[in-house]
Amino acid sequence: MLTLLSSWLKAALLELQEYVRLQAATMRGAVTRPLYFHDIVEQFEQIGIGSLTVVLLTGFFTGAVLALQTGITLDQFGARPFVGRLVSASMIKELGPVLTGLMLAGRVGSGIAAELGSMMVTDQINALRALGTDPVRKLVVPRVLAGTLMAPVLTVIADTVGIIGGWLIAVFQLRVASSLYWTSVVEVLYLEDLWMGLIKPVCLGFVIVTIGCHVGLRTHGGTQGVGRATTNAVVASSVAVIAVDFFITRLLITLLF
Amino acid sequence: MAFATARSPELDEALGPGSPIVVFDKVSLAFDDKVVLRDISFTMIAGHTKIILGASGSGKSTILKLILGLLRPDSGLIWVNGERVDLMSESELMRVRADLGMVFQEGALFDSLTVAENVGYKLYEETDMPLDAVRRRVEEVLGFIGLGEYIDRMPSELSGGQRRRVAIARAMSAKPRLLLYDEPTTGLDPITATTVDHEIIKLRDLENVSSILVTHQLRDAFYVATHEAIRRDDGLIQIRPADADKAEEAEFIMLKDGGIAFEGHAADLRASSDPYLKTFLS
Repeated sequence: MLTLLSSWLKAALLELQEYVRLQAATMRGAVTRPLYFHDIVEQFEQIGIGSLTVVLLTGFFTGAVLALQTGITLDQFGARPFVGRLVSASMIKELGPVLTGLMLAGRVGSGIAAELGSMMVTDQINALRALGTDPVRKLVVPRVLAGTLMAPVLTVIADTVGIIGGWLIAVFQLRVASSLYWTSVVEVLYLEDLWMGLIKPVCLGFVIVTIGCHVGLRTHGGTQGVGRATTNAVVASSVAVIAVDFFITRLLITLLF
Repeated sequence: MAFATARSPELDEALGPGSPIVVFDKVSLAFDDKVVLRDISFTMIAGHTKIILGASGSGKSTILKLILGLLRPDSGLIWVNGERVDLMSESELMRVRADLGMVFQEGALFDSLTVAENVGYKLYEETDMPLDAVRRRVEEVLGFIGLGEYIDRMPSELSGGQRRRVAIARAMSAKPRLLLYDEPTTGLDPITATTVDHEIIKLRDLENVSSILVTHQLRDAFYVATHEAIRRDDGLIQIRPADADKAEEAEFIMLKDGGIAFEGHAADLRASSDPYLKTFLS
């Protein structure tokens, strides 16, 4: 039992060490030459534009259902006109970043792990190294830059369509005046909330993409290994999104408020 | 046109014909409890061919990965092109790799790139060569291996043999001094395998590229060792049986249980009375 625990602990520490090393190599690769601009632009398109549909749909329906549910509760206190406050505060501070993060974990994290994993098991990563290319610079840096910088953009889009979804429900279902809804949306927001809503997705995007890259680059065991890597990447990055969100929220509350 | 590393003229002269291009000195490597290589020592001379034979899992491909610095030995020294690679960092290895080409088992072509982009990858991405010059070199290399008309195809549209030949073209595009072949004919039919053998022979004899061939396909190993390529007066390339001197330039290494069971020429290998070698060759 003790041996099993010790070997599990060793494996976990090794995994953590390799993850940290990859992060360090990525940081170094992002600020030194060579930078593969073509790949960076391609990844911005794939991660940013490619995730737009799923983020739009998720954001819209989350905002709509939030208005629907809170409208009923607020009714009990005669506070239905304040539904806009609830929708905007929840979307911008918490649901927008986390749900966008979860969607990116499912779409981007899994895609990266599968792509890099396939390249690993077919020796394409070794071929890159043999051809004089550092796989971290060529494959990881563009993905990390795109994931880290596009996550806040996608989150802002999710927040916006979420608030619009909430507005539709508030106006057509809850019969709240449109002007009242928009006034309450803006009233509740402070600059600190906006910062929180922007800083969180930067961290979440970084974590999701680095986990996808790390898992992908450590894939072994043929096609079965690729499947395993994809599942592991989604599970690890989804859990990481929730956990990192908690710690960042705690930190930002201490720093900003 | 020379694209490989810029070496000092002194080093270039020292590493000219007849000098060692790869040296292994008591190299050992184990993965956990499994010993893959044990005290492996050999020297490869520039312009020669080294053919590494052995059963599956005997450590043949591992030797190529050690030469490229994709793996590090547990002990021993490895010299490639006059530089000790076993202690080099990844960034230092990039300099050594600039002068090496490797043909991976199954080709390892980049799925998302066309044949032209695969073949010219190193020149497009890692050099400042103008794009039209790269394109010309890609056309030249693909013409050399007879796949000129496939230049804009995707790897998924090629047959197994064509993929291996494109992999050879990719490895040779930057004119390396040493080419490493990892099972280049495994899984191919005999006719396609012979086509690949011809490319290996042509590169060695017409482009003066030293080569290390890892295989367990005996037919291909002996074919490469005992044939040579010449360019006839009419410009056509002919593959013919090599004379005795030329055949001496191909040396065999047989790996067994992590060690070297045999080292010598094709004729010595055929004449060996060692029971293991006889079984392997039968």
